[in-house]
Amino acid sequence: MYVATKGGERAISAAHAWLEAVRRGPPGRAEIATDQIADQLGLAVDRVMAEGSCHDRGLAALAIKQARGDLIEAAFLLRAYRTTLPRFGSSRPLDTGAMRLQRRISATYKDLPGGQVLGPTFDYTHRLLDFRLTAESEPAQPPPEAAPDSAVTPRVTELLAREGLMQREVSYDGTPGDLTREPLSFPADRPLRLQALARGDEGFLLSLGYSTQRGYGGNHPFVGEIRMGDVAVELVPPELGFAISIGDITVTECQMVNQFKGSRREPPQFTRGYGLVFGHGERKAMAMALVDRALRAAELGEASDAPAQQQEFVLSHCDNVEATGFVEHLKLPHYVDFQSELENVRTMRAAVAAGSLG
Amino acid sequence: MHEPGYNFAYLDESTKRMIRRAILKAVAIPGHQVPFGAREMPLPYGWGTGGIQVTAAVIGPTDVLKVIDQGADDTTNAVSIRRFFARTAGVATTERTADATIIQTRHRIPERPLTEDQILVYQVPIPEPLSRLEPRIAETRRLHSMADYGLMHVKLYEDITKHGHIATAYAYPVIVQSRYLMCPSPIPAFDNPKMHMMPALQLFGAGREKRIYAVPPWTEVRSLDFDDHPFRPIRAPHACALCGSTESYLDEVITDDQGGRMYVCSDTDYCNERQALAGGAT
Repeated sequence: MYVATKGGERAISAAHAWLEAVRRGPPGRAEIATDQIADQLGLAVDRVMAEGSCHDRGLAALAIKQARGDLIEAAFLLRAYRTTLPRFGSSRPLDTGAMRLQRRISATYKDLPGGQVLGPTFDYTHRLLDFRLTAESEPAQPPPEAAPDSAVTPRVTELLAREGLMQREVSYDGTPGDLTREPLSFPADRPLRLQALARGDEGFLLSLGYSTQRGYGGNHPFVGEIRMGDVAVELVPPELGFAISIGDITVTECQMVNQFKGSRREPPQFTRGYGLVFGHGERKAMAMALVDRALRAAELGEASDAPAQQQEFVLSHCDNVEATGFVEHLKLPHYVDFQSELENVRTMRAAVAAGSLG
Repeated sequence: MHEPGYNFAYLDESTKRMIRRAILKAVAIPGHQVPFGAREMPLPYGWGTGGIQVTAAVIGPTDVLKVIDQGADDTTNAVSIRRFFARTAGVATTERTADATIIQTRHRIPERPLTEDQILVYQVPIPEPLSRLEPRIAETRRLHSMADYGLMHVKLYEDITKHGHIATAYAYPVIVQSRYLMCPSPIPAFDNPKMHMMPALQLFGAGREKRIYAVPPWTEVRSLDFDDHPFRPIRAPHACALCGSTESYLDEVITDDQGGRMYVCSDTDYCNERQALAGGAT
């Protein structure tokens, strides 16, 4: 005899207790500390801060620990926390020109003012598993240090703009929209698009950026400059009336230089794709810059039929917290609707059978 | 008592005010989708965040909340959402439709007729009824503004030419107050007639898509159809194996691997009440 399933509440509690035990792992093994995650899995922390849209290394590390290393789950935890925080103001625009650089490279010039600074990069490493890391190791020899270079490091895109070869960005006077407070509506302006891309999924943007390189909306990109380092966050409290620095954050900025053949109103020149992310997130910043430029196709009078050029498609699907929720909701029971479909298909099959007999 | 460290019903008051404004606008324009600044909730998108935000905005300390998924109170997600409000709002919860002042639902309307003292909150995955025909929101907004619903009529017509009848079994589109085309959320078409002239306020929340819409009490809700192909609600042609109802929407339960199956009410409260009544009568 059928008895309706009961005990969902007990089952949920038991499942969560099991999850907690699995998260902790064998009790005999040392527990991983959040500061170890913040220090030694720093790039995971950076990604969670970027996609979780909240700059806090400690909280991001905690989220990674709680999520058992599932970075999308960690970004979701951070977002759900972030949304409960009060807002006491907006910072002034970050001055990435005044960045304290850890890394700065340009692919368009062999040498340039400020030089090429490689910084801590995987580039040019041989991807050979380093088995020494399986054993506890002595602290590495400190890397050689040069005296800090006090040279001014102008932006590559600015050098081009001075020559009239790079399209100037329109300065934006109004208060930019805030997609965490107001729902996105289409067409979305560039500040809002950049907001969405900055918190968008790295994998999704990477693939879209890649698609532009393979001919789906290509626009001949060059890495004008990638810079990564610390910038000051400044705020103007209304009671003071002048800017004060409330701390430094690490960001990665990418400016892509793209060809533009010119239009009736504008001469041929280069145009910019822009990427900026929290932490050291070079891949994401580059992908973001490619997609940003692709999304400007319509404004620049270019054909805009490739996926990366369609803003409703890109912006509606780049958020991995939204995407994972909706994809995974298919796990929820759907038997009411399925029952309707069952009856529907049975009716249609009966009609077909009757037709073939008659 | 509700969870310390969080505001009553989780959301802060200014967020609730923003949502209430969207609800008021939605009630004033029945069936129209009102964009709202949906927040990230501690439950995943697609798991009822829209319904949860609407409930959080309208619930008060004296409310009695019922949460159902697929018509049942004991489905895991319904349990999780009910727990969420018990924890963050400390409100009384119930499984009895008659006792609830707010009913949050996914995929069903209770069988028992609702009253003017109740609010029905629907969880909505895709609020746009035209989305499968036209995915661009900028375009569907234009179609709504002009009440241009030809696309949907053609789709239903094509169903008839292909299958001999309208083959939409759930999320069956409705016209509200002879104006707006509206998605009733993925309830079975069987439930559509219950929306028409319902005494209770019906609120729809779509968190991921950031839309709220509403059907005020005593509002006309018509399922789209044609004169020669009238709307037909679908239900399995059986009686409930537990309470014997031939009126209610049924779930099909597979009992063995030999093709054995039985049919039981999807609305667990309705079924339990009928069983209790029958038990009391004998």
